[in-house]
Amino acid sequence: MSTATRTIPAEPVTPGPAAPGKGRVRTGPQRTNWAATAVLIVCMLGVLVPLYVTISMAFKTTGQAVDGNAFSLPAPLTLDSFAQAWTLTNFPRGFLISVFVSVTAVVGEIVVSALAAYAIVRNWDRRLFRWSFFYLLAAMFIPFPVVALPQIQLTGLVGLDNPLGVAILHIVFALAFNTMLFTAFLRSIPLELEESMRMDGAGTWQVFWRLIFPLLGPMSATVGIFAFIASWNDFMMPSLIISDPELQTIPVLQKIFQTQFSNSYNVAFASYLMAMGPAVIVYLFTQRWVMAGLTQGAVK
Amino acid sequence: MSSMTKPSPGAVVTAPAARKPAAARISRVDPLYYFFLFPSLAIFTLAITLPAVLGFVYSFTNSVGFGDFEFIGIRNFIAVFRDEGVLGAYGFTLAFSLVTVVVVNVLAFLLALGLTSRVRFRTALRTVFVIPMVISGIVIAFVFQYLFSNSLPLMGKGLGIDLLSSSILANPDLAWLGIVFVTAWQSVPSAMLIYIAGLLTVPPEVYEASSIDGASAWHNLRHITLPLIAGYAVINTVLGFKNYLNAYDIIVGLTDGGPGVSTRSVAMAIFRGFEGGDYAYQMANAVIFFLISVAIALIQLRFTRGKGGIAA
Repeated sequence: MSTATRTIPAEPVTPGPAAPGKGRVRTGPQRTNWAATAVLIVCMLGVLVPLYVTISMAFKTTGQAVDGNAFSLPAPLTLDSFAQAWTLTNFPRGFLISVFVSVTAVVGEIVVSALAAYAIVRNWDRRLFRWSFFYLLAAMFIPFPVVALPQIQLTGLVGLDNPLGVAILHIVFALAFNTMLFTAFLRSIPLELEESMRMDGAGTWQVFWRLIFPLLGPMSATVGIFAFIASWNDFMMPSLIISDPELQTIPVLQKIFQTQFSNSYNVAFASYLMAMGPAVIVYLFTQRWVMAGLTQGAVK
Repeated sequence: MSSMTKPSPGAVVTAPAARKPAAARISRVDPLYYFFLFPSLAIFTLAITLPAVLGFVYSFTNSVGFGDFEFIGIRNFIAVFRDEGVLGAYGFTLAFSLVTVVVVNVLAFLLALGLTSRVRFRTALRTVFVIPMVISGIVIAFVFQYLFSNSLPLMGKGLGIDLLSSSILANPDLAWLGIVFVTAWQSVPSAMLIYIAGLLTVPPEVYEASSIDGASAWHNLRHITLPLIAGYAVINTVLGFKNYLNAYDIIVGLTDGGPGVSTRSVAMAIFRGFEGGDYAYQMANAVIFFLISVAIALIQLRFTRGKGGIAA
């Protein structure tokens, strides 16, 4: 493609073409590769067109939405579809349930994995802790479909066939990966810091919450954002685990536009837009950690 | 990334001797550590190990999910291998995963090459390219379902292309293409970010030295870039397979396994265990599925050896 004039910025997060070249001697002149830029902008349409269709459909009237032309601009513009989607899906209730699942998953994934990782790293020379680590890692090989049927039965049996049960399952299935991330990060924190704090009489509890946990901040941010995106968007687990349709999360609620209201395209798209919105907004504000986290996770 | 490995300012490395007595001092484990470890082990055991063991035991029974049952040996497993519906699901899932892994890796690599070259608006472009990763699979599948079954046929008719003038999702031979497309749409970003990370680890000096020697761009790509980022391709392949083998959300949104059963994935087949009363039977299917997934993962990890020591 564009290898002729490739350069590599010194820093992964270097913004724009103004910064590269700092501190490095370049052989070639700093020329913008306009051909590659043009190709990428065309490719970008592949991402933007479906999003444009979602937005423009959401603002159309029902009459215009059924004409089959997805790419036309809404005329006249209306907010009716949002109002209808709001009541049809009982959006406020679904939203609160989705928020509950996501927040529980985010807090749970961070705290449970960080605690376990700290205990494991500080007691690595003990068999119990070492083996626990490998035991937890085994979960990487067990996807949800494999254990789904007994899980559905068990959650029903103990009264966890509800949003709380889904949040717990999100925590469990992410446990292996998160614990691995936290242990890798904890190994890079020097022991001396902790020892001086213990010298001053602090116990393990204080050391963890006052020193270690704050140091884990960037990693917690990454784990938390991925926990949010995964749990907010998930359809498979809530659709199978939550038995009461009144307690379903936002993605599962979208199904009613396939079964009951299949001709109200504008209402459906307004609803889809409201379902996508929160995750996209969170992403736009936390991009830095999303990028860093993904590459960290892959390389560690 | 740089913030991740930031050494704490107070961490002055003292003489190595200072370490020893401190380590000896904590010779007994603080019981609090057990308390820290306990929640993970407890929820893991209750939510994964227990169901896994139960499912394994059930796979040798004739249980329908409730009530009495008896052990029937490996009859379920034999039946799975003779079940054309299940075998079809395996065939579809494996073929779909393979095609999607290839498509995603090629697109992600090309985009990563583009985004690490001297392009304008790099940050804005990357921001947009990552958006599909944060959108719910089933929701975007519903959007594409509309496009595939309404807008695309309209365009096909307008352009006089016969193949496109009816919905591809209603065509048993083409529906899987729609699923590959939407799955790729959603999973290219994460693979792309991993490739970008890989491309950034190649020191620019290598290219500079190579271009002084008069190497062409193609030569650089073929003999420098590709070998150096092979490890990242393995990561993307392993992670990709792990996701695609469990495909569910996007298929439900696009075709719900249809037309007929032409796009039914293994996960969808297993979940039917609650509808058809063949609970134990689908547990046997799940056990087989688990073994196949592990086998695929292990085969891939064998290839990782000697590829820069990067493992997912």
